Amino acid sequence: MDSSNGNTKNQWRVKVGLAEMLKGGVIMDVTTAEQARIAEQAGACAVMALERVPADIRKEGGVARMASPRIIREIMDTVSIPVMAKARIGHFAEAQVLQALEVDFIDESEVLTPADEENHIWKHDFKVPFVCGARNLGEALRRIAEGAAMIRTKGEAGSGNIVEAVRHMRTITGEMRRLTTLRGDELVHAAKELAAPLELVREVAQEGKLPVPNFSAGGIATPADAALVRQLGAEAVFVGSGIFKSSDPDKRARAIVKAATHYEDAKAVLEASQELGEAMRGLDVRQLDPKELLQTRGW
Amino acid sequence: MKIGILAVQGDYEAHGRMLERLGAGYLLVRTPKEAAQADAMILPGGESTTMLKFLKEEGLEAALRALDARGAAFFGTCAGAILLAREVRAPAQDSLGFADLAITRNAYGRQLASEVRSALSKLKPEPLEMVFIRAPWIDELGPAVEVLAREGGRPVLVRDGRILVATFHPELTADTTVHEYFLKLAAERARSSSNASASKPASSQPSTSESKPMPRR
Repeated sequence: MDSSNGNTKNQWRVKVGLAEMLKGGVIMDVTTAEQARIAEQAGACAVMALERVPADIRKEGGVARMASPRIIREIMDTVSIPVMAKARIGHFAEAQVLQALEVDFIDESEVLTPADEENHIWKHDFKVPFVCGARNLGEALRRIAEGAAMIRTKGEAGSGNIVEAVRHMRTITGEMRRLTTLRGDELVHAAKELAAPLELVREVAQEGKLPVPNFSAGGIATPADAALVRQLGAEAVFVGSGIFKSSDPDKRARAIVKAATHYEDAKAVLEASQELGEAMRGLDVRQLDPKELLQTRGW
Repeated sequence: MKIGILAVQGDYEAHGRMLERLGAGYLLVRTPKEAAQADAMILPGGESTTMLKFLKEEGLEAALRALDARGAAFFGTCAGAILLAREVRAPAQDSLGFADLAITRNAYGRQLASEVRSALSKLKPEPLEMVFIRAPWIDELGPAVEVLAREGGRPVLVRDGRILVATFHPELTADTTVHEYFLKLAAERARSSSNASASKPASSQPSTSESKPMPRR
């Protein structure tokens, strides 16, 4: 663990600083350099380099690991925007490899098969910033305590179904609103219930928001989906399978970028929603076996 | 006077918080119509490729050029600096070209090279804290461009008349110095353009006296 000197504090500021730069934008999953180019030209503010999009991971099964460094490198060489990559939950050696590769952000992601069923990566040990998924406020604050510089709601990756992303965003913002109504002497109990550090609970009670940017992921497939989660409080959106599993990825990518910016302007979202071809087919999350859910990975 | 903050993507809220602290009125600009209501503009940090796409495809470029033609002040940080430059390198891309300088993107390296530094400036006696995030280098300056601060020997805060350019992010610090400097610059410009229009019958009268914070849209 780093000592808490000024250097560590400044390192934290540039980590959160990069997350700030991504606000209002769309971060797109890509599996090839060609897809990365399409994403950049469509206006993505960053890309997530991976070997298989979540919908394919779900279909094909097997152990999902960090992407091949060759693919990530090709993508980094192709685009000028930030490149993120995923490491398995708790797999700090994969994260070390990704840092050595000089990716701009690491996603410690439930989409990959977890490497540790108790411990997440101690992210303060790294110079590269991390994003982690969360379903509720306690989980978000535990990840921030471990050093995550950005939170994204988990949703249900690869489902093309927005319902879980909505549930998680409403849960987190609702729990934050509740904290702001509590007396100071009630926050210790609240921290106990949330299983989160008191200091962070107090900060949220004071500010009414997370101390790091709060993005949305897991099921966004249409411009209206992006507008929905933005209006519910997401500061930017991740789109995984939703773009390159649709019938016209370039058009859909552009449309979602447009909707993420003009999320309060229904006419602009309408314009973005026209003539898009088919969205990814999508899954009814209620029909999934609980064992197939990705969102329950992470603790 | 109303400061517009380009809000299509990036850390526009951080600029808004700075202006709130200084009691300056501002509006978030996502459409050409909103841009037309601004007396001066801030172009924030973020991804310049994303912002450029919105400028090109949604009529914002023309709206910003019209503001420039009216003599408005502009302030760009990082990605905003890239949009304002005359020439953009690595890779080459289009820009507004309001500031006579050439700029190279991501010149320090990837995120691992991002850092908080500090250096002296012409704005105050103490060093300015500078947050560099995947920052560009200014590598050529036109003859009229004044260097207000250098860091590591490179110009990082420069002024070309009414165009202020920072390769770092003053909006991510607690120090309001650079934003105060810009507000003064913007107020001077707004005053001189309103004097100019007072001599002719002006179709749109810029408001100069109000400096109350206005509600966010």
